[in-house]
Amino acid sequence: MTIAPPVVQTAPPSATSGGRSGSVTWMAWPALVAFVGFGVVPLIGVLLLSFTSWNRLSQDIPFTGLDSWRSVLSDPGLPHALWVTFLIMALSWLFQTPISLLLGVFIAAQKRYRSVLAVLFFVPLLLSQAAISITYKALLDPNFGLGAGLGWPFLQQDWLGDSTLALGVVVFVVSWQFIPFHTLIYQGGVRQIPASMYEAAQIDGAGRVRQFFSITLPQLKYTIITSSTLMVVGSLTFFDLIWVLTAGGPGDATRALAVDMYQRGFKADLMGPASAIAVILVLVGLALALGLRRLGGRDASSSQLEGV
Amino acid sequence: MKRRSFLTLSAGAAAGAALAACGSSGPSETSGGDTASGEASYWFLSGPPGEPIRQGAVDRFNKANSGGQIKVTTFQNDAYKDKLKTALGAGQAPSIIWGWGGGGLKSYVDNDQVDDLTDWFAQNAAVKDRLFPASFGPATINGKIYAMPCETVQPIVMFYNKEVFDNLKLTPPTTWGEVMDIVPKINAANIAPFSLGGQSRWTNMMWLEFLFDRIGGPEVFQAVFDGQANAWNNPASLRGLTEIQNLIKANGFVKGFSSITADSNADQALLYRGKAAMMLHGSWSYGIISAEGGSFIKDGKLGYTSFPTVEGGTGDPSNTVGNAGQFLSIYSKASDAQKETAKNFFKSLLDDTEQQGWIETGGVPIVKGGDAKLASSPDKDFLNFIYQVSSNAKYFGQSWDQALSPTAAETLLDNIAKLFQMQISPQQFADSMNQVIGK
Repeated sequence: MTIAPPVVQTAPPSATSGGRSGSVTWMAWPALVAFVGFGVVPLIGVLLLSFTSWNRLSQDIPFTGLDSWRSVLSDPGLPHALWVTFLIMALSWLFQTPISLLLGVFIAAQKRYRSVLAVLFFVPLLLSQAAISITYKALLDPNFGLGAGLGWPFLQQDWLGDSTLALGVVVFVVSWQFIPFHTLIYQGGVRQIPASMYEAAQIDGAGRVRQFFSITLPQLKYTIITSSTLMVVGSLTFFDLIWVLTAGGPGDATRALAVDMYQRGFKADLMGPASAIAVILVLVGLALALGLRRLGGRDASSSQLEGV
Repeated sequence: MKRRSFLTLSAGAAAGAALAACGSSGPSETSGGDTASGEASYWFLSGPPGEPIRQGAVDRFNKANSGGQIKVTTFQNDAYKDKLKTALGAGQAPSIIWGWGGGGLKSYVDNDQVDDLTDWFAQNAAVKDRLFPASFGPATINGKIYAMPCETVQPIVMFYNKEVFDNLKLTPPTTWGEVMDIVPKINAANIAPFSLGGQSRWTNMMWLEFLFDRIGGPEVFQAVFDGQANAWNNPASLRGLTEIQNLIKANGFVKGFSSITADSNADQALLYRGKAAMMLHGSWSYGIISAEGGSFIKDGKLGYTSFPTVEGGTGDPSNTVGNAGQFLSIYSKASDAQKETAKNFFKSLLDDTEQQGWIETGGVPIVKGGDAKLASSPDKDFLNFIYQVSSNAKYFGQSWDQALSPTAAETLLDNIAKLFQMQISPQQFADSMNQVIGK
């Protein structure tokens, strides 16, 4: 889990502050020091650890070269964990993006009841992931949960004990928590779109649906990329939610990379292989973040306002 | 997790501990203690019912001894395990290390982190001779004793709901054949034959521990423990793995068992609410049912018996598995004065007051002849049963995941989860377990 910060931090820190003379660069120092201290140094530590066979107990850490990497890369558990991670990533993106886009557009309008709804939509994000997971776990319990209590046959399924359903539940709960956040991003994005464009469209006789597809959606291109980057990179680090809901189970159906790493490192005392997985996580996260950035084109991080 | 004590450890706490493990790895100032005066540090698990009893034992010791004192720090279960490993890795462990013996203790021994107590026990035969001989099993590594057994014995027993059996006019099974016979009958009444908190994985493991022992005797797992090549390919182990999958196919376990955690005590609730007829679980379940099950025990509805025999099996039916005790070791880097304090403390353990305390929580102290004290308890029937099972057992097997090294144990639990999920066959299970033998 030491790898979470650097993934997120790689994009912003240095690039944006450039351009002006050296006199202001000292302002970047605190951020740089924090980034190096809490991001780069642990990252190097993890990289070094992946070439050892430390068991967390002994005070000397034996250097074993590529042994950990060999054992991780030859383990059929790794492709499975990668597959589960990508599945959760893709499904939760597919599930979250349309819903939060529509909700964001909906609550962007300046109407009082929509502001009230916006506050309500936001509540799930304020809850801790562990609390959410415990609640859902209790609600979905096959014997004492919602289904058994209400007697609704549809709800009386073995939600977390069936491989396919369990994965679906993880995606749903993740989405339930993070849709509010992305809704907020989209709301902000929609409010940046100049009203004059809609006025012009109305004069041309465009209806609401046409306006949405011809103005709102294209104008939100960079918001979609930002939101997707956060979703995709963030989904690599899902751990507590999966751990509490399913503990990677049933069997290994929801054993994502982060869960796999925790189990190897802290349950099986295999710090070397766990560190190797951590490095893989960082690399996958970097690749995804860069890929999405490229998708947005060169101007993705520059301001859009003047370009209207 | 749960089985180590009655402590209700919520999944949230577990997750919190998991997160805390990432950040809080700094050395602790509590670990050293005052080395000159012999103030020894002692870490143990917090929460009822164990904490007040452990604390009481320390308080009485500190009061009775003006010299070396004991300083206590308590932790929740999972937080403790992580903290202790980090502290050992940093050379900052407490003078007295509370633990479960077996594979965990062996890893401390391999890293020279705990003291060999064999000679001390030889010189203080009285300390050793008053305890259950079986409790020294998990404390013994390579023929040497590295820990002082303490607290209570916790065998795994077969609980059943008498009311369900009466209503269905059935008797609890005594053989595996009878188990397979009554499963469809209980299912027909819309009741689950067996309750199981399968997400916790070690709960499933208890079934295999008994099946292996009943079919092939303790030798089957001993071969694995001793690191013999391909030990899991023993016909007895393959038969045991097949039998359990047959039981799963016959819907022997409650629907959704693989999503039920033992931490939530839902498995016990299924039994006392009559949704399941039987449950194979640790003796600590009695305490949970008596605390949470209303008048279930008072109304005489809780039955308990030993694991059934298996047709054609060679294992002794008196054999049992579980926790033969808890264990205290002495940190090798503690000062001589601290070690002296610790050993004096060991001598004071399980005095009458402490024994009484454990008995009141529904535990059986690992003291020979301790059954005399059980008579005054309202739970005397159950406690006597546990005492008889534990003291008469020809062989008291340690839970596999605690007997093995953490690395092998994790692979084991992983494969058990897949076996119970029908993701792998018995032979696939054996094959992947054979690869981690001796690791």
